[in-house]
Amino acid sequence: MNLAAPAPSAPGRPRWLGVYIVAYLVFLYLPIVLIPLFSFNDSVQAAFPLKGFTLDWYRGLAGNEALKAALMTSLGIGVCAAFLATLCGMTIAYAELTLRSRLSRLIAGLARMPILIPGVVVGISLLIAVNLIGLGPSRLAIVLGHVLVALPTTVILIRGSLKAVPRSIPEAAQDLGASDAIVFRRVMLPLALPAAISAFMLAFLTSFDEFIVAFFLAGTQPTLPLYIWSQLRFPKSLPTVMALGTAILVSSILIAGAAELLRRRGLRRLPS
Amino acid sequence: MLPGSVVTLGLILFALGLLAILAFRFNDGSLFGAGFTLGNFSILATEPLYGRVILRSLTIAGLVTAATVVTAYPVAYYLSFHARSRALILFLVTLPFWTSYLLRVFAWKIVLAYNGVLNSGLIAAGLWSEPSTALLNTPAAVVLTLAHAYAPFAILPILVSLDAIPRSLAEAAADLGATPFTVFRRVILPNSMPGVLAGAVVVFVPTVGDYVTPALVGGPSSTMIGSLIQAQFGKAQDWPFGAALALVVMLVILAVILLVRQGDRRFGSRL
Repeated sequence: MNLAAPAPSAPGRPRWLGVYIVAYLVFLYLPIVLIPLFSFNDSVQAAFPLKGFTLDWYRGLAGNEALKAALMTSLGIGVCAAFLATLCGMTIAYAELTLRSRLSRLIAGLARMPILIPGVVVGISLLIAVNLIGLGPSRLAIVLGHVLVALPTTVILIRGSLKAVPRSIPEAAQDLGASDAIVFRRVMLPLALPAAISAFMLAFLTSFDEFIVAFFLAGTQPTLPLYIWSQLRFPKSLPTVMALGTAILVSSILIAGAAELLRRRGLRRLPS
Repeated sequence: MLPGSVVTLGLILFALGLLAILAFRFNDGSLFGAGFTLGNFSILATEPLYGRVILRSLTIAGLVTAATVVTAYPVAYYLSFHARSRALILFLVTLPFWTSYLLRVFAWKIVLAYNGVLNSGLIAAGLWSEPSTALLNTPAAVVLTLAHAYAPFAILPILVSLDAIPRSLAEAAADLGATPFTVFRRVILPNSMPGVLAGAVVVFVPTVGDYVTPALVGGPSSTMIGSLIQAQFGKAQDWPFGAALALVVMLVILAVILLVRQGDRRFGSRL
């Protein structure tokens, strides 16, 4: 996706379109702005007019043990799921591009399939599976579910970056006597590393925010979204949930921003 | 090299296979049901409630998909043809996606509730004399909330297909005397249809199975198929029937994808 020069005859008036873009962004952000807004509001009710500024809800976050436990569970699951999804994404994408066998193409196609399966179906299918193999609902079960949910993203991202490497580069390494393993480890892996890291971050964010699949697979330890879900029923804990949401929002923006910067740096490093 | 992928794919096929088998079994209270039956499907076919809910899910997901794609197209178009600060706008558009999904949905409850932002705002502006209950707990609220939650999903595929259109095509059409609108209708739009269809699928699939949004902003009149599936695995404790419902959802999605494939072929996705 490069910056294409605007076609001189391209239809549509940019000014009219520009207004539309602004309106679209306002629609996107308006409900989301309410979350930080009410997290500083000195009232249990999320309604206008605002009552006054307070940091009490944030103080409430700090001393909440159930919340801390849920956060740790989510972080652990997110890191494991993101690591596995990135590892699988790398092997699947690399096999698809280098082996070019029917099997590797079939596997790559299947790995993208979770895009076409609603979360509720992924959740119950895995629930049946983990119960049958004796694992039962647990943190490991959620990790498996999140690997499946994140897999299409990691495969597509890493494949894109591997494909952008000109064929002549691994061929040159081979001509100089490198084995397949060395070509992967010394040439392709370093070139795809920024994409792999950005895939890891996106997979982590996906897992960290995932509710629909985790809902079916959670054992006794809830993840953070499951904790939020349980709190949404109590109007009294609403402002604390808003404060939590604001904290998640800020950290997600930082991680997503970092992932985007890394992805771009990876593309720029390649000779074009 | 391959153990990771084999485990993962075994998981996908194994889990979906189990689901398909379970859909044809009795509920005898045990984990994996018993015997073989078509009873789950005959209940689905004879009990009008299920047909109605499936139809409602398709309608809501269809409306959400149409709204998302139609509103996303101009954004993708602007990004592809006119944007100077393209990277920034793209970042801004995808950013809301990284806030908590639950809270994004819940924010709409705050907006639409009886004492919510919209009601109090309209009263303060003098446009409304008393709060309306007609906003929250309606299918319209579900459509609005889902369209908001999945908005960025449609932009990226459309943008990719617009970027792939050689600029010389539009110039050639203009040189041959086509008006800007004709260039758009006859050249740009048909060539970007693969992206439009891909975006539609990416929005349609998760919305048709969603059970969070109907539960939070939909009320009882907008129960969707995902809510029913979830209930079978929760309160109702009838896993085989839930599996049958899920299988029906997958078949519906398969049918939609085949339709989209047909459309894709008509527009000739190769450029």
